[in-house]
Amino acid sequence: MNATITWATARRVLTQLRHDPRTVALMMLVPSLLMLLLRYMFNSEQAFSQAAPALLGVFPFLIMFLITSITTLRERTTATLERLMTMPLGKLDLLFGYAIAFGVLATLQVALAAGISVAWLGLDVEGSMWLLLLIAVLDALLGMALGLFVSAFARTEFQAIQFMPIFVLPQALLCGLFVPRDQMGSVLDWLSNFMPLSYAVEALNQVTSSAEVDGTLVRDLIIVGGCAIVALMLGAATLRRRTP
Amino acid sequence: MTNYSAVVVEGLRVRRGGPEVVQDVSFAVPTRTVTGLLGPSGCGKTTLMRAIVGVQIVAGGKVTVLGRPAGHPKLRDKIGYATQNPATYGDLTVRESLRYFASVLGAPASDVDRVISEVGLEPEAKQLVGRLSGGQHSRASLAVALLGSPELLVLDEPTVGLDPVLRDELWELFWRLADSGVTLLVSTHVMDEAARCERLLLMREGRLLADDTPAALRTQSGSEDLEQAFLHLIRTSEVVA
Repeated sequence: MNATITWATARRVLTQLRHDPRTVALMMLVPSLLMLLLRYMFNSEQAFSQAAPALLGVFPFLIMFLITSITTLRERTTATLERLMTMPLGKLDLLFGYAIAFGVLATLQVALAAGISVAWLGLDVEGSMWLLLLIAVLDALLGMALGLFVSAFARTEFQAIQFMPIFVLPQALLCGLFVPRDQMGSVLDWLSNFMPLSYAVEALNQVTSSAEVDGTLVRDLIIVGGCAIVALMLGAATLRRRTP
Repeated sequence: MTNYSAVVVEGLRVRRGGPEVVQDVSFAVPTRTVTGLLGPSGCGKTTLMRAIVGVQIVAGGKVTVLGRPAGHPKLRDKIGYATQNPATYGDLTVRESLRYFASVLGAPASDVDRVISEVGLEPEAKQLVGRLSGGQHSRASLAVALLGSPELLVLDEPTVGLDPVLRDELWELFWRLADSGVTLLVSTHVMDEAARCERLLLMREGRLLADDTPAALRTQSGSEDLEQAFLHLIRTSEVVA
């Protein structure tokens, strides 16, 4: 690990995004607009308040997954990755560089969506807003790490996009957003125990409904963070200095 | 240091999905020289260069670069490598992209302006790499290889699609670099460029057909023309085979 290179990578990724203001605008605005859409779809502050915390976790997860899998695939296919691999750059320098840059964006994205939900759409957050942001950012990082990992199995951007329904949709369906997990079929309930998004959503629900930081919440945070680190390590393993 | 080889390849074999694309290739590149690597496209030039910079999985043989096995971590800031397809970020400006690679290499920030002027991209420095023409794009990629103080430059077709004046300037730069102690391995298919190399490696269908000076190759074939010399070499090698 080299802090200068990690930092240079983060700055490079952010500079690339600066040249693509449309992507940045979409990343920033889409989750907030979807929250607005949901608020009036439910047409009730109470129903919205129940679904909103889970969505604050699902959106950054999904968006980061997509953006990272495509960006990394682009690095792989345009040979910039190969060039970097001939240079004194550690794999983790690259990954953490991406994590910092996308982490900054994810924080802004979630802060905006949560801010709008609380200020205008009637979402009540009993616990700490900071904790809510932290969970959502961990979630974004988890999506990023998974996106990075699966990009190794895609050769084209079309393939990379197809991984989204495989890796993200089942988690989004089973995380407790649509039906409380204990009311699902027992096999699905059991399966949802292996999906990190379930823990993120549980933690988000906890933070919005109570100010108490209990053992379950701490455990959930550790699981989400741990899964992000494991996925990042798996992602690092897919970056090869030598290729066929 | 003078009689030391910057690159030593011994019995290199590379397989890419079945057939061997590099078959038992051995040669040495002397330091402070410009060595040309010639051959038709698909002959294994790029694969050979990838093996030297240490990004190619090889099936057999040994590649030693600056006294260490190819791909050794200590070599990572000593080799400048420019791929045939330009490898830079299309959504950054020329300067931003170079600034990034310079920080990764630990090269001084002043290097960015130096290499931009070396490849003649000053007017385009603030343009997005993705908007450049093909030749400008490949120069932006070549500039990355010149960052820092590489001891070995491996350049895959660096002058394709360039204006003759620029091509001439780049070759003068290559010679200046060789004079200052850098070793260059440059692939090309322009005979006139090959003639400017100190040594030539000729590859065909994964094999090395010749490893000599342009003058010796001309004498050997009894032809003043390098193109004819190569034809002669290819024909005699086919007769032997």
